[in-house]
Amino acid sequence: MTDYTLAQLSNYSVYSSMVVLTLAMLAHGVYLARIVPARESVAEAAPERELVAAGTATGGAVTPPADTVAPAAAEEPASARKAAGIARSLTWLGTLLLVAGVVLRAAEVHRWPLGNMYEFALVGAMFTLLGYVGWSTRRDLRWLGLFIVTPVLLVLGAAITVWYTDASELMPSLRSYWLAIHVTVATMTVAVFTLGAALGVLYLVQDRLEAGSGEAGRRSFMARLPSARALERMTYSTHIVAFPMWTFTVIAGAIWARQAWGSYWNWDPKEVWSFVIWVFYAAYLHARATTGWKRQNAVWIALAGFVCVVLNFAVVNVFLVGMHSYSGL
Amino acid sequence: MSTDQSLSTQPAPPDGGGPGDGITQPRLGPVGWLRFLWRQLTSMRTALFLLLLLAVGAVPGSTFPQRSIDAARTTQWITDHPTAGPLLDRLGFFEVYASPWFAAIYLLLFVSLIGCVVPRTRIHWHQQRSRPPRAPRRLERLPAHREEVLDATPDEALERMRTALRARRYRVHAHDATSLSAEKGYLKETGNLVFHLALIGVLVGVAWGHLLGWKGDVILPVGQTFANTLSRYDTFSPGPWVDPTDLDPFTIRLDSMDVSFETGDKGKGQFGMPRDFRAATTFTGPDGRAERREIAVNHPLETGGGTVFLLGNGYAPHITVRDASGTVIYADATPFLAQDNNYTSVGAVKVPGAQPDQLGFAGFFLPTGVIDSQRGPHSVFPDTLDPQLALTAFSGELFPGGAPQSVYTLDTAKMTPLPGKDGTGQLRILLRPGETFQLPGGRGSITFDGVERFAGLSIRTDPGKTLTLVSALLALAGLVLSLVVRRRRVFVRVGPHEGTGRTVVSVGGLAKDDDEGMDDEVAAVLSGPEGTR
Ligand code: HEM
Repeated sequence: MTDYTLAQLSNYSVYSSMVVLTLAMLAHGVYLARIVPARESVAEAAPERELVAAGTATGGAVTPPADTVAPAAAEEPASARKAAGIARSLTWLGTLLLVAGVVLRAAEVHRWPLGNMYEFALVGAMFTLLGYVGWSTRRDLRWLGLFIVTPVLLVLGAAITVWYTDASELMPSLRSYWLAIHVTVATMTVAVFTLGAALGVLYLVQDRLEAGSGEAGRRSFMARLPSARALERMTYSTHIVAFPMWTFTVIAGAIWARQAWGSYWNWDPKEVWSFVIWVFYAAYLHARATTGWKRQNAVWIALAGFVCVVLNFAVVNVFLVGMHSYSGL
Repeated sequence: MSTDQSLSTQPAPPDGGGPGDGITQPRLGPVGWLRFLWRQLTSMRTALFLLLLLAVGAVPGSTFPQRSIDAARTTQWITDHPTAGPLLDRLGFFEVYASPWFAAIYLLLFVSLIGCVVPRTRIHWHQQRSRPPRAPRRLERLPAHREEVLDATPDEALERMRTALRARRYRVHAHDATSLSAEKGYLKETGNLVFHLALIGVLVGVAWGHLLGWKGDVILPVGQTFANTLSRYDTFSPGPWVDPTDLDPFTIRLDSMDVSFETGDKGKGQFGMPRDFRAATTFTGPDGRAERREIAVNHPLETGGGTVFLLGNGYAPHITVRDASGTVIYADATPFLAQDNNYTSVGAVKVPGAQPDQLGFAGFFLPTGVIDSQRGPHSVFPDTLDPQLALTAFSGELFPGGAPQSVYTLDTAKMTPLPGKDGTGQLRILLRPGETFQLPGGRGSITFDGVERFAGLSIRTDPGKTLTLVSALLALAGLVLSLVVRRRRVFVRVGPHEGTGRTVVSVGGLAKDDDEGMDDEVAAVLSGPEGTR
């Protein structure tokens, strides 16, 4: 097969993935719409959850906090379950198509497919989806689907319209196995940070709703999501995975920078922003451990970190002059 | 701290002081004030604040040009912004990472870090060797708790639980005959301390490299040899503690320079992009042994006394200038610096030995030259498909005042341009390889003999880099430990079961921070290594 057909196949794969993911997004949305508690059931919803929670514990003497349990399938209308099933299948399919797109691209360029912004975006979106579907095999994350698939679609849309670059070889400074190590881990980390940011936003919303806790506030699909406390804990779990990964990314980048540019740290804009991101997330973990600091404020710091992650990709790559000029634009 | 039940996430007071210290605070003498300030500085809130400040403070370094990275762009920026420029300059915005305020942030942060970590290390050291605290009276009040009735005597039950706890790697101690106290996860705090201490190591490594490292750049045309002495460098920046006269004696001869560019791909922004740079060299070390070594991007040459990086390349046209009698007064491969991706390069030829006035030439070297009226002379491809040299000529004084000047530009303050053929305008010289141009007024001739490539080499040492790397990896390891390991305490009480002669075993668990798994942990302890049933 010639490289040209491979390129076409890769692009078709990405386009089909986007179509499938759009449908998945709709199905996820339908799921959330269908689990909104009906007006009359709102009053019962809370005690019902408690009951279900207690039932899942093995020892009768123990009552785990109700919030650790995701909305139980039993209380969902059949239509919601059906929508969730469709969403799940479509998300898997979209993910696999995107993996195929990335693999074909790699085959086409005969190298690791992380050489320009288009490829970073593609691979980052792929890892985000893989992270989500992987995690959802271990716990019920159907409620999170919409908040993952939507940003992924936005990124893919930007990738094929704004960042698209024809496949080609690498600049000499990128020809190193450190590319595979540093950039792969970096994109994986961004994927985990994305999961963390989605959870963080949901936590802040849920927290607001729980604090306001009026009837109106609880009459949304948010009432069927895990409690604020559980969401906060999930936010934290994702970040303690991502933070060491980012630490590794920065160290690996420094080792590579020494090889390619002669000095391990040059305060090049990309390095500055990686450092800023690192410090923000370090501050998040710190804030969470600081007594007297509200968890909400800690999560805001993490979200500030994520804003920097986005800026680091979308703005620093393109607009700030530095040695990391690999955007291919 | 070792006996309290809360396993607080708050760092211990830095001086280990008890509540008594707080009471004396209202009447603060100078010492009291210092203690107060010290305590503020080493609080976690301050650390958090300084961390956020550090993050925000680092940003301007990426949005404003930095002098240490691109001095020319910095100067240009200041010129373009006559009001903001000088003001921001005074505030250090063009040298953020060397500015006093940035240093103040990170130094305060690290003072705080030391003030925080040293006492914590002491406490942790003692805690590691002390026993888990006494079991609380009512275990059912703990966040995780389970009870079970066993067919065993209280002693047997206790022994079983002890084995179960040991199997789960708890440190177990019995303060009395009916209870057990167990704790594990000390590595969490160890990891945390290692992480924070290693950050200090990173900072020390960076500082060490700054003080004792040096870097020098040299442009080396093919065929020439570089000897590692101060005078041979084009630029040399030593750290404050470096003796630049004491460099390792080695030489590098550039045998050839291989460069390739993208020619196949006509895609957006790809045609003509660099694809490969390789410098073949002969390296002669201090011991006098010569060997062939290749330097490429991503493959520096380690000499032992500095690492040689290939950071740039370009063209050095070989130019010969003769006087009216035909005597050679200048002959050299003269590097021209590339200005764009197609290697439109600028440079200058300075001929101090010319008569009656000194001669200077300035202009462009174009590997694939096109000269049009709109863009002037420029190159359309980075390789030498149609090499041309486009120069203007000046006569007068080359080095007015003897001030140092760049070898790539001509200072024309004390020079006048040579006039064009018809006696007006400016003389424009366009040469292809092998061509010679006769200068007007009996000033001789200039010949473009041919073109060589040059390698832009950067030679650097950083004695702190190993410390920095090792510390950074330690920090990573410590971080993973502190985030993965869970610090947990488990308490067991046994008592007779009313009337049955069996034994009630009550197990309570307490974790640092919220710990979803504590419940399962208590259940697992209770079900024991071989099962309690
Ligand atoms: C260079 C500056 C600092 C950075 C980047 C940093 C980063 C971090 C990070 C990422 C964590 C969470 C991971 C872990 O538990 O190990 C952490 C925890 C912690 N840091 Fe720092 N830190 C810094 C300075 C400080 C200072 C100055 C203090 C003392 C005032 C401090 C005290 C603590 C404590 C006590 C914890 C553990 C909280 C707990 O017990 O869970 N750190 N730090």
